[in-house]
Amino acid sequence: MDKTMNVLIVDDYKTMLRIIRNLLKQLDFNNVDEASDGAEALSKLRGGNFGLVISDWNMAPMTGLDLLKEVRADQRLARTPFIMITAESKTENVIAAKAAGVSNYIVKPFNAETLREKIEKVLVHA
Amino acid sequence: MPDGTSHPAPDADRIEAAVRQVLGSLNGDLTVKEAALLGELEALGRTVSRAKAEIAALGGQQLGEHIPAASDELDAVVSHTATATNEILDVCEGLERLQGTLDGAVAEALGTAVTRIYEACSFQDITGQRIGKVVAALKTIEARINAVQSDFGTDQPRAVVPAPAVVIAAAAVAARTEGERLANGPALPGAGVSQDEIDRLLASFD
Repeated sequence: MDKTMNVLIVDDYKTMLRIIRNLLKQLDFNNVDEASDGAEALSKLRGGNFGLVISDWNMAPMTGLDLLKEVRADQRLARTPFIMITAESKTENVIAAKAAGVSNYIVKPFNAETLREKIEKVLVHA
Repeated sequence: MPDGTSHPAPDADRIEAAVRQVLGSLNGDLTVKEAALLGELEALGRTVSRAKAEIAALGGQQLGEHIPAASDELDAVVSHTATATNEILDVCEGLERLQGTLDGAVAEALGTAVTRIYEACSFQDITGQRIGKVVAALKTIEARINAVQSDFGTDQPRAVVPAPAVVIAAAAVAARTEGERLANGPALPGAGVSQDEIDRLLASFD
């Protein structure tokens, strides 16, 4: 697993961005960039080279699900591993995310071990 | 009104007078059913009058002030917890730097403790989203109360929403993306699925 890859984390809560960044640092992912909504994330993704996206769902003006759909529809970004970390814990949300091509789905509140396990899983299959 | 014109709010006295005028024109040929209907309409008119007076009494002195104040208090809760959480994270980051100077079991124990604090600090996100839902509900209630008060709380003519605005609002709802329609925030305990259930659900697609 290449831990020098660029990781983009997307969340409208600054505190959450900070927590995920620190947990990623503990997992030796040090090249981490942030976006506060789907639109900003899409702009960064199209202008950069990211090996993993970790995104919240409930954001405006573009939600995480809509970001995921945009990523999967973009030829250059389509294969980028995409993990949803969200408080949306209804079955219909998980099914919609899977249909849109999510690589894995973590429900908040989560622990560091779950984050590590899901990242390993998606990067092994990437 | 659908045609966009403005009409005064219905007035109980006017309704009752109109009913009396219509029934009076029947030259006293009231059947038992018609008399009962008149009685019902008079009672309805009195109920509308009472409701109108009660809604007017709610006025700006009660809900009109309390709901915005409650929303502000909840916003302040989110702001204060965010500040406190960031201070906790400041300390944790300091401890992680200290961890680098320690060896063995102590460093590992410190690292584990810091990780647990990071995990626990995600409460701020969850509570923030829950409070946001409450604030949104309060604002919806406030808007409804204001609308009812503008209809019945004064003698002023009702401010009619132009038909095009209604059409635009309906179109905005219809234009919501799937992501927006499914964004409902944290589920109540027992209403959502667990991480294990999500893992099983995702595995069922493979």
